[in-house]
Amino acid sequence: MIDFTQYNNRNISDDYFYLDIEKPPVTWQGKFKRVVKRTLSGELFVGLWIVFREMIKFDIHTIQYPLEKLPISPRYRALHQIKRLVESGNQACIGCGLCEKICISNCIQIDTKYGSKGRKVVKGYSINLGRCIYCGYCAEVCPELAITHGQDYEHVSEQRAHYATLPDLVTPMDIFKAGKQKPYPGFGSLTPNADNNVKKTPLAY
Amino acid sequence: MESAYIIETIVKVVIILTVFSALAGITTYFERKVLAFMQRRLGPMHVGPYGILQVAADGIKLFTKEDIVPQNAVKPIFKIAPVFAAATAFIAMSGVPFLPEFTLPFTDYVVHPIVADVNIGILFVVGVMAVGMYAPLLGGMASHNKWSLLGAARTVIQMLSFEVVTGLSLIAPLMMVGSLSLIDINNYQEGGIGHWIVWAQPVAFILYLISGYAETNRTPFDLLEHEAEVVTGYATEYSGMRWGLFAIGEYANMFTVAFIASLVFLGGFNPIGIIPGGLAILLKVSFLIFLFLWVRAAWPHIRPDQLMWLCWKVLMPLAVVNILITGIVLI
Ligand code: SF4
Ligand code: SF4
Repeated sequence: MIDFTQYNNRNISDDYFYLDIEKPPVTWQGKFKRVVKRTLSGELFVGLWIVFREMIKFDIHTIQYPLEKLPISPRYRALHQIKRLVESGNQACIGCGLCEKICISNCIQIDTKYGSKGRKVVKGYSINLGRCIYCGYCAEVCPELAITHGQDYEHVSEQRAHYATLPDLVTPMDIFKAGKQKPYPGFGSLTPNADNNVKKTPLAY
Repeated sequence: MESAYIIETIVKVVIILTVFSALAGITTYFERKVLAFMQRRLGPMHVGPYGILQVAADGIKLFTKEDIVPQNAVKPIFKIAPVFAAATAFIAMSGVPFLPEFTLPFTDYVVHPIVADVNIGILFVVGVMAVGMYAPLLGGMASHNKWSLLGAARTVIQMLSFEVVTGLSLIAPLMMVGSLSLIDINNYQEGGIGHWIVWAQPVAFILYLISGYAETNRTPFDLLEHEAEVVTGYATEYSGMRWGLFAIGEYANMFTVAFIASLVFLGGFNPIGIIPGGLAILLKVSFLIFLFLWVRAAWPHIRPDQLMWLCWKVLMPLAVVNILITGIVLI
């Protein structure tokens, strides 16, 4: 029998307590006293001092956006990219169609055919970026880490339907040749300490 | 002499108009910057070095914006109302001595930096500033918009109520001086910081500042055009230069209030030690304007019922008591 008491206790911490708020006065003497007390307590000057202190400290938090940018998390889900295989330079998508299947907003379309060696090759691949909600499911489901989310969040289009096709998504060849295709650190990728987590599968158990 | 006087007056009028119209723009720049720094922001940065040309950009925008007159508005009144705002603000300035008298360089011509030295100076200034209430009232009522109407109603309750406090708070120092002329009031405080009226009348000074904030529609009391409650109040339907006139009027009134506060309470343009009088009054006015911005950054504003409570139950009795005590002490 499981004991549920600890789950039924909604008090998250014993540190919670009721504030000692004084009751509003009812008599006119009490009200008068409160007004005088508040007038002379100088709380207003505390407010003045705080903003003045901030002005003197000049600790500015403005990011002048188009000129400066905040660093974004590697898990940020911006425009999609399709990676190339490091060994061959071919795009990594194997045409399995999982991303098309899982996409919530039905905005991926993929078309495949039999290649010359009888293998499946990708004929066409397009994402309607105007419909995409950037949920990241396609990147998570992709078995080859082919479709991933990049970091480029600045894109506009003149119409709602805004398609990105395979040539737009795949890492450009010159960038790939220069060795600048960044490994994908976001959804589904190996964590930096992945090596430590690998355990040898025992032969006998 | 007559023609010289007329020319001098015209020159002074033109100078006041241009200087204070420009100052209204420049004050908006400083207001944005000071508020931004107090809120850990940078404020305008992109137009010109450190955003200094933002004023020009705003001016161009205001002048070239489409002038929209709502279909069901009472058109003549709607169109003329902003003129009242700017005109009354500038007419009020004609009674304010801005600087001490000085001689024109290379001549022996003495310039009095006041357009009209009427012997009821302060009464005139306060009265004309009060007439400025008609601008939001007429503009709001003529707009055919419920937010404008509410804004206009708030204008009337706020300005009428605080007019009382302004008047009563100024009576006590006037009783001490015995003259309504701002120049007499200024001369009464000759002889250093110790002779400033603020030391004798601290309560009146604070009352005057509070009601000054209320009448110029500045932050703890900016109920007339509070976005969260009445969109922009009486100015909801205004655009372009008509709205600009309201803004210029508001900033000109801020300067008038600052000048009156420094003339009546803070020693006016009497020199402080080695600081000449002209510079002294400019410093005081700059500080008071900074105080306007500072308070705007620091304090939240209050509800209309709290405003009325403050005016009629706190400030007005205080002002009356202050007058009584001043009277007893004077006798
Ligand atoms: S991010 Fe989500 S919505 Fe966009 S393509 Fe991938 S699965 Fe579809
Ligand atoms: S899930 Fe990956 S490999 Fe499969 S079709 Fe989509 S992008 Fe290609």
